[in-house]
Amino acid sequence: MSNKKVHEPLFHIVKRDEMTFKKALFIRLLAIVAALLLCAVITMVVTGQNPISVYGTMGVGAFGTARKTWVTLQNVSILLLISLALTPAFKMRFWNIGGEGQVLIGGLAAATCMIKLGDKVPGGLLILIMFVASLLAGGIWSVIPAIFKAKWNTNETLSTLMMNYIAIQLVAFFTVLWEVPKGSGKIGIINQNTNAGWLPNLGVPSFTGSKYLLTIIVALLITAGMFIYLAFSKQGYEISVVGESVNTARYVGIKVEKVIIRTVFISGAICGLTGLLLVGGINHTLTTTIAGGQGFTAVMVSWLAKFNPIIMVFASLLIVFLERGAGEVATNFGLNQSFSDILTGIILFFIIGCEFFIRYKITFKRGGHKK
Amino acid sequence: MDNRTPAVKLTNISKHFGSVAANSGVNMEIYRGEILALLGENGSGKTTLMNMLSGIYFPDEGEIQIDGTPVTIASPRDAFNLGIGMVHQHFKLVDVLTAAENIVLGLEGKLDIKAATRKINEICDKYGFEVNPSQKIYDMSVSQKQTVEIVKVLFRGAEILILDEPTAVLTPQETEKLFDVLRKMREDNKAIVIITHKMHEVESLSDRVAVLRKGEYIGDMMTKDTNAEEMTNMMVGRKVSLNIKRPEPVGAKDRIRVSGLTVRNEEGILKLNDVSFTARSGEILGIAGISGCGQKELLEAIAGLQPVESGSIEYIEDDGTAEQLIGKDPRKIRDMGVSLSFVPEDRLGMGLVGNMNLADNMMLRSFEKGGSPFTDRKAPYELAKSVVEELEVVTPGISTPVRRLSGGNVQKVLVGREIASAPKVLLTAYAVRGLDINSSYTIYDLINKQKQAGVAVIFVGEDLDVLMELSDRILVLCGGQVSGIVDGRKADRAEIGLMMTKTGGQNE
Repeated sequence: MSNKKVHEPLFHIVKRDEMTFKKALFIRLLAIVAALLLCAVITMVVTGQNPISVYGTMGVGAFGTARKTWVTLQNVSILLLISLALTPAFKMRFWNIGGEGQVLIGGLAAATCMIKLGDKVPGGLLILIMFVASLLAGGIWSVIPAIFKAKWNTNETLSTLMMNYIAIQLVAFFTVLWEVPKGSGKIGIINQNTNAGWLPNLGVPSFTGSKYLLTIIVALLITAGMFIYLAFSKQGYEISVVGESVNTARYVGIKVEKVIIRTVFISGAICGLTGLLLVGGINHTLTTTIAGGQGFTAVMVSWLAKFNPIIMVFASLLIVFLERGAGEVATNFGLNQSFSDILTGIILFFIIGCEFFIRYKITFKRGGHKK
Repeated sequence: MDNRTPAVKLTNISKHFGSVAANSGVNMEIYRGEILALLGENGSGKTTLMNMLSGIYFPDEGEIQIDGTPVTIASPRDAFNLGIGMVHQHFKLVDVLTAAENIVLGLEGKLDIKAATRKINEICDKYGFEVNPSQKIYDMSVSQKQTVEIVKVLFRGAEILILDEPTAVLTPQETEKLFDVLRKMREDNKAIVIITHKMHEVESLSDRVAVLRKGEYIGDMMTKDTNAEEMTNMMVGRKVSLNIKRPEPVGAKDRIRVSGLTVRNEEGILKLNDVSFTARSGEILGIAGISGCGQKELLEAIAGLQPVESGSIEYIEDDGTAEQLIGKDPRKIRDMGVSLSFVPEDRLGMGLVGNMNLADNMMLRSFEKGGSPFTDRKAPYELAKSVVEELEVVTPGISTPVRRLSGGNVQKVLVGREIASAPKVLLTAYAVRGLDINSSYTIYDLINKQKQAGVAVIFVGEDLDVLMELSDRILVLCGGQVSGIVDGRKADRAEIGLMMTKTGGQNE
């Protein structure tokens, strides 16, 4: 071994054995701590502020007051709903990145019902019609690429992505068509006087959360439902088999085309439902930016949670907390909004990067230590 | 013990994957002008060991010497520079490029196809290869692709050649051709290592054998001083009998009647042409043929997975009523009450789901049963447990993903599930491909038991010796046509080999 000619490479990347859940969790927490430390350093250099107070500001931004907390939870719910919607499709290896458009179309359907039927049908029935319309609209919007995929094996990543832009243009067209007041280019608050088609507030009016509660409850119900659907139902099992291997699915007699179309319909329908909540429950208006890019953020949330609906709750909480907290830091310290993007970026980099260390280990020269 | 300087000397080589020791403390020598057969069961670490020589893995411990000089092989490039070339089990060629382009791919310096073609032709003349340097890979047969792989490593100046199960995809005639080439290389003083499971090949080709078992080096001996039984015992670590039973069929009745079956694949290429035969209960019908001449399509057509152009496939009940299977998918066939099991060639890509655990894989066949929208997890779990016990599947647990099991155990899980439903017809494709001797014999036993239970077995195989020992009748396919059906007890190896290449044994 003392021969000088033997040069060993500095380090090797070695695949790990399957890691225990606890150890993996530890590495992930470590990554978050490391990310927060780096963010602290960067914040300190840029703002000259004490990092503890910066993190304090983030906390205040997200949970400073009861109202802030409720808004944070509502935002978490919306992001969570879209992430849950994408998950069955993702589990089937159908890369639905059309969440943005499916939400918009669901919102457009709800707004259409509110505008066109607001003074024609009674309130309860109107909400029921809106519910059916937005679910169907979101579902149909997602099924169009699914049919192309099932019949001709087209690339769903491209087609669902392109459907987003069609949805945005459609919404833009209708906002101009229905603009109030004329020339403003905006729909404005729909049915402001009658409140027709507005989703109900839950709880007594004096309760701060009553305005936000409906969305949160829907999100929790869908989370539990999706968890059970994927883990225990026959359809959930079919989704896993089709996702893992189309050949195996055919071999055991699963009708692959049917499963693809059914699953993607569910995916789009939940997006449509989210659109309903945004238009009928939260904003009472429709704009092209109502989904606010969350259709794309949800892709990341779903992946971060490894398609597990329960973990998805925490993943969306983390993302929303970062957004709102970093936003507060940016305003308080007179920084521009990109600063919050930088912090979010750093944290995500660490979280996603640590997966590498969960799968591989680095072995240094002989006798060296292991990471 | 040997006075020659070894071309390769491995000292105390170890390699771990997580907690699994793929190789531990292996000492081995490879000499020039010699063909070494490296033997061992699946998972005994043969391929890992050779991968360390060819720069794919880096040993955890130990030393490699080439011609007496210690070396570090950290990448395939290092291996090439040291004159080590490996032909892998799965070819690493670019389909849309020509043979010559594939051969020069990745080489440094100016790209000169003309000069390369000249050099390729020289190599071919020297060793008796038949390669057309300007032919595209996708136009080539499996054996031609393999030839390109071998020429590729020789082109790069390999002096030490490693071949990982090169004959698994070849016909007997192609195998003989390959062996002639290897013998010529031996005369040219090259060092050759061949990994194989087939004992008669070891005996006819190699000069020396080295045996690995469970990652450890067991020993080596001159081929002429040993025999198949001794080698097998060394590999397995105990005595094994090398005879396949062939019980006489009892009460054979027609079960599956195929007539005039014609199938085109997705590209519209004719894969089966007017195929007719009958499979009987309590009988093993072996299917022989070069790989890719219609076996896959035949089994998949019977299983309801392959669209059929014309012809008929009938399932015949005990009372003689016949039912048409064409046009029905696997679910409909099952709903008709036809109990048909299929062990496909692609175990993890078709028969099982690699990322799912044993219980969930058992569920594949049964999950639809019952009216509840939820799956019943208990029955599959129990089935998985009983398969593990009865077939002695080595697994850390029922909840282990099947992809983490070794090839033999994966196959036991698949076969176990397929025979659990007490089938009337059992289709198997390459049931023992890649399996070690021990697992192979377990599978033969299982298939024989099914036969004795009155199941009509259709067994697609690649090892002619096994087909001739196991089958009651052998159907030989050639280019999608039946070139003949012979009696397994009277079949002649050379005759079948000829039928595999020419319909009916006559000229095409």
